[in-house]
Amino acid sequence: MRSTELSGWGRYPRHECRLATLRREDQISRQFGAGSLIARGNGRSYGDAALNPELTLSMLAMDRLLSFDPESGLLDCEAGVLLADLLSTFAPRGWFPPVVPGTALVTVGGMIAADVHGKNHHRDGSFGNHVESFRLATGDGEVLNCSRDENADLFRATLGGMGLTGVLLSASFRMVRIESEFLRTETVATQSLDATMETLAASGDWRYSVAWIDGSARGGALGRGLVARGDFAVRDAIPARTLGRSRSAARRQLPVPVFPLSLMLNDLSVRSFNSFYNRVGARRTRGLGGTAESGSPLVHYRSFFFPLDRIQGWNRLYGRRGFVQYQCVFPTSQSSGGIRAVLEQVETSAHLAYLAVLKLLGPEGEGPLSFPMSGYTLALDFPMRPGTLDLLDALDEITAAHGGRVYLAKDAHCRPDRVREGYPNLGLFSNVRSARGDSTRRFSSLLSRRLEL
Amino acid sequence: MTRRGASGGEPTGTALVVGATSDIGRAVARRFGLDGWALQLAGRNLEQLEVEARDLRLRGALVSTYECDILHDGGVSLVEALAVTPDVAVCVVGLLGDQAVAERDWSAAERIMRTNYVGPAVLMGELANRFEDRGSGILVGVSSIAGERGRRANYLYGSAKSGFSAFLSGLRNRLCRSGVHVVTVKPGFVRTRMTDHLDLPDLLTADPEHVANRIALAVRKSHDVVYIGRAWRVVALVLRAIPERVFKRLSLR
Repeated sequence: MRSTELSGWGRYPRHECRLATLRREDQISRQFGAGSLIARGNGRSYGDAALNPELTLSMLAMDRLLSFDPESGLLDCEAGVLLADLLSTFAPRGWFPPVVPGTALVTVGGMIAADVHGKNHHRDGSFGNHVESFRLATGDGEVLNCSRDENADLFRATLGGMGLTGVLLSASFRMVRIESEFLRTETVATQSLDATMETLAASGDWRYSVAWIDGSARGGALGRGLVARGDFAVRDAIPARTLGRSRSAARRQLPVPVFPLSLMLNDLSVRSFNSFYNRVGARRTRGLGGTAESGSPLVHYRSFFFPLDRIQGWNRLYGRRGFVQYQCVFPTSQSSGGIRAVLEQVETSAHLAYLAVLKLLGPEGEGPLSFPMSGYTLALDFPMRPGTLDLLDALDEITAAHGGRVYLAKDAHCRPDRVREGYPNLGLFSNVRSARGDSTRRFSSLLSRRLEL
Repeated sequence: MTRRGASGGEPTGTALVVGATSDIGRAVARRFGLDGWALQLAGRNLEQLEVEARDLRLRGALVSTYECDILHDGGVSLVEALAVTPDVAVCVVGLLGDQAVAERDWSAAERIMRTNYVGPAVLMGELANRFEDRGSGILVGVSSIAGERGRRANYLYGSAKSGFSAFLSGLRNRLCRSGVHVVTVKPGFVRTRMTDHLDLPDLLTADPEHVANRIALAVRKSHDVVYIGRAWRVVALVLRAIPERVFKRLSLR
């Protein structure tokens, strides 16, 4: 146990926390003590979700694989296993996690606690949809097996429950078969928000799709961007020279914007980089990984899913004050209006979104606090500056007015009433916590206190 | 008994890790497993060893487990039990203990001395004889920077580690013409169960993975004495250079 300054990925806010490490499941009762605590994975939630000044329990040493069934693909592992670790172990054997977020540097426990979604949400749902069962240490120190058949209320509440139902110790979920580590991809440049949204909606045949929006575009060009879509390539479609290519070569591809480290991250460089990328992207139809017979460029999964992971600690580029990511989702019918209003609000403010990502999501997750809903989700990165929080307030208002909600795993600033509005099942979530021996709310974080969860 | 690693290139074989359920032991086993070595895990708790073994097997390693307490017979029975004499043996056994308690309680003091010196030294010596007969092998002993100089705060631990370092040094000199190599690893601060209760400076503190990578490198390159992080080599130099007259007044904690 030691005291140290912790933060989320955005490095805002930061707080002095007592930090302990859980090393084995049978030591959980010793770590629990009597006070309040929150489990922490690899610190990739952006805001204050994994901070508890009294006790933050690091799960990173709980990183063992427990079992794998090569027939069904069912994997059982401890909660602190890193996604990157799973990928390097299983992708070469032809297995891939059912859902991956935009970074591989997350833990399995974190993926469940945030019920993360990926570029395939419109087809495959969120990570929680693929979880069969898990073991959870609850408020009274008991370790429970949870699944859709056993402790089902606790199971669902934990999907997207931000660690507030207990400490996830291990989980079972189904991996999916892949024929190769490469995806055939297609990039479509779009000239307006409507076109970007339509292109995403028309990408239903592709397993994975995402749009990068030019944060500097204004007026009629507002919302223009690049829609990237992909599918794992079948083995026959891959030229031998691509398969034989070393990983380092596969890593050299740049299918999505990556800021050159040499450039200081400032408004001008980002503005010019975004529009440059957009113009180049429109012409760029050939990948560096070789071309499949169908003519689509082949891209290694690391480049396709985790472009920013190649820049270690890129969050530090935003400097000492850190940054915030604003991610919201709107129901389909309100998406166009909501996203336009958000982008226009940003445009008229003195702030610039350094990164803007748009995705189409499928039906709601199973957890009462799961973020996804049918509609479009927009994520924007802002450096922390004077006035940034005022902008977030304005964006929150727009999100609420359009029936949307913010993603708790990214949040560092939202207000309790807005979250209650956005998450109508919050009452159900609270009831499960109370009924399951945590009426005192010992599992709490700076996020849960701020939002009165 | 030389194989090629999964990652290609470097020759590998069988690696024994004694203290395999400790944080550094786990990291070492995983590093060597990923590099393609067959693993022999030894430790006091068979149940825990099996959990680690299962994890390593799922990652593709060949693993066997050995329950042993090297404080009992210095690991002589372990060495006899090994199905194959390993090509590399890494001993990460250690106990920081509580200096203040051990100053008054000689059974606690003896435990510190036995865990950090007697047990590991006898084990390394026993393995050394096997390796010498065979004419090959690498022994890796994890000692500590605390052995560089006896300090008020942890001289029981430090003196035992110092003894272990001296033992390894002598062993290396004895065996250097017989094809057997000895690596002495002297970590500074490492973030492990041993140091959980200490407030360690981030810049001087290594992760177990870092130690494991450094050990793997030392085995590949036959390094003699290895510090984890360059700063610690300097710290060791300074620690040794200060005259005792000055050192005792500094009363370094």
